[in-house]
Amino acid sequence: MANPLKCDLCDKPATVHLTQIVSNKVHKVDLCEACAQAKGVTDPSGFSLSDLLLKASLNPESGPGAMRCESCGFTQADFKKHGRFGCPACYDAFKGMLEPMLDGMHKGTKHTGKIPQAALARQTLHERLSKLELDLSDAIKSERYEDAARTRDEISQFKQAPDQSPPR
Amino acid sequence: MTIASLIASPSELTDAASNKTAIVLMTRIRLARNLAAQPFPGWAKPAQRTRIAEICTAAVAAATPLKRSLNVAVDQLGELEKQILVERHLISRELSGSKQGSSVIISKDQTVSVMVNEEDHLRIQVLRAGFQLKKTWNVINELDTALEASLDYAFSPTLGYLTACPTNLGTGMRASAMMHLPALVISSQMEKVVRAVNQLGMVVRGLFGEGSDASGSIFQISNQTTLGESEEEILKRLTSVLQSIIEHELNAREKLLEADSGKLFDKIGRAYGIMQNSHLLNSSEAMNLLSLIRLGIDLGVFPDANRSTIDRLFIEAQPGHLQHAQKGEFDPAQRDLLRAAHLRSEFANFVRPDFTLINSNGKN
Ligand SMILES: [Zn+2]
Ligand SMILES: [Zn+2]
Repeated sequence: MANPLKCDLCDKPATVHLTQIVSNKVHKVDLCEACAQAKGVTDPSGFSLSDLLLKASLNPESGPGAMRCESCGFTQADFKKHGRFGCPACYDAFKGMLEPMLDGMHKGTKHTGKIPQAALARQTLHERLSKLELDLSDAIKSERYEDAARTRDEISQFKQAPDQSPPR
Repeated sequence: MTIASLIASPSELTDAASNKTAIVLMTRIRLARNLAAQPFPGWAKPAQRTRIAEICTAAVAAATPLKRSLNVAVDQLGELEKQILVERHLISRELSGSKQGSSVIISKDQTVSVMVNEEDHLRIQVLRAGFQLKKTWNVINELDTALEASLDYAFSPTLGYLTACPTNLGTGMRASAMMHLPALVISSQMEKVVRAVNQLGMVVRGLFGEGSDASGSIFQISNQTTLGESEEEILKRLTSVLQSIIEHELNAREKLLEADSGKLFDKIGRAYGIMQNSHLLNSSEAMNLLSLIRLGIDLGVFPDANRSTIDRLFIEAQPGHLQHAQKGEFDPAQRDLLRAAHLRSEFANFVRPDFTLINSNGKN
């Protein structure tokens, strides 16, 4: 062969070739002996083809090379190395390279499953509380004492049950 | 609860065996969850990992199914203890090798376990004996909702639950079934099944060995993708895949009996003989023999009541459990002696096979 396949993870000639079909798309991974060993291809209990697919889909030459997450300092090079992100905010920071990657990896690119209702409701509650506190200081500043008293009552009601869902 | 008392207690997998667990031994669902605004475990600094573990374990230990549970840091566990938890499917190999700041909370009945600071902040798992995807989902869904009441999960409306690895995005859910498929293995159909199942977006993995010829003929089938479908849709697809595998296994059993029952009976009879008389058994051979005896039970050759013994032995014949029972560490050659001795004593009073009792369709 004039043009032997190169390993997807390094540049050595590939000797291990894997194929898997996910959502009717054929994925091929080619690895050298060393990477196949290192990735546990020989150890079925520790081996995940999807991890490899993930790394193989990350071509370092594609996309802006200097992407970096402001929240945790994670870089694209770190991702290439670990195959994992640094923090939840990385998903925003690396949005550009994420989309083509998800396309081949999953059934779809949009979440349609469970939503953490309580956590989201708690967020809304906190927003309402800070708005009430703002109202209170406004009322005091402009000497609307009846409004202030009412707002204070509302706030104390909220605070009695800080971690409960808001009344429906 | 302590690790010692947990190890001494019977587990869901060995105790609940019945004819309902004939082909699907176990159903398991795990959810990957992370805290918002915290680095993922693999990228977190030691102090951050400790802080994350404190937040997570406090919330988890307070959840109803995990009251009076085992709650232990991974670095407090001995090698053998960790190995036993792996063999019981309660922790992953990855967690057992992890550094400071990782811990696990396991319910008293060993059906619920939560790993903290594995690849994600939380890996919640519920397992049930038999084919019980719906019930397992209800239990884990409820626990997840309870945890979310005190934990702020990292969540995006478009990408769903945010996980360290993008392969788990969306639902963060991996649902699986452990299946005993001896007839498909004996009739060399497993490779075909693996390919067909892959095409449906599901993954097949041998539990104790290589791909399509796993020792013990026990396979784990799970969903490959997590984003773009709801939990219910994933479970529905997995259920229909599992049902069709069950169908194929039953057909394969019927064909084996029709085509050459003598050959099949010989395999089962010899397995029984080796169990009663051997002095050296490696893990792989032991799994294969247990698998044949289990097939014999499904076919009616041995009483149904013995299935739970076999399921217990599948776990007890593994290295961690063997060594723990003997209170020491042994090299593989010594383990083969111990394994054979243990199985010999278990089979000394195991009822003899009666091949006249065969139920021709292989269905209980
Ligand atoms: Zn390589
Ligand atoms: Zn980040």
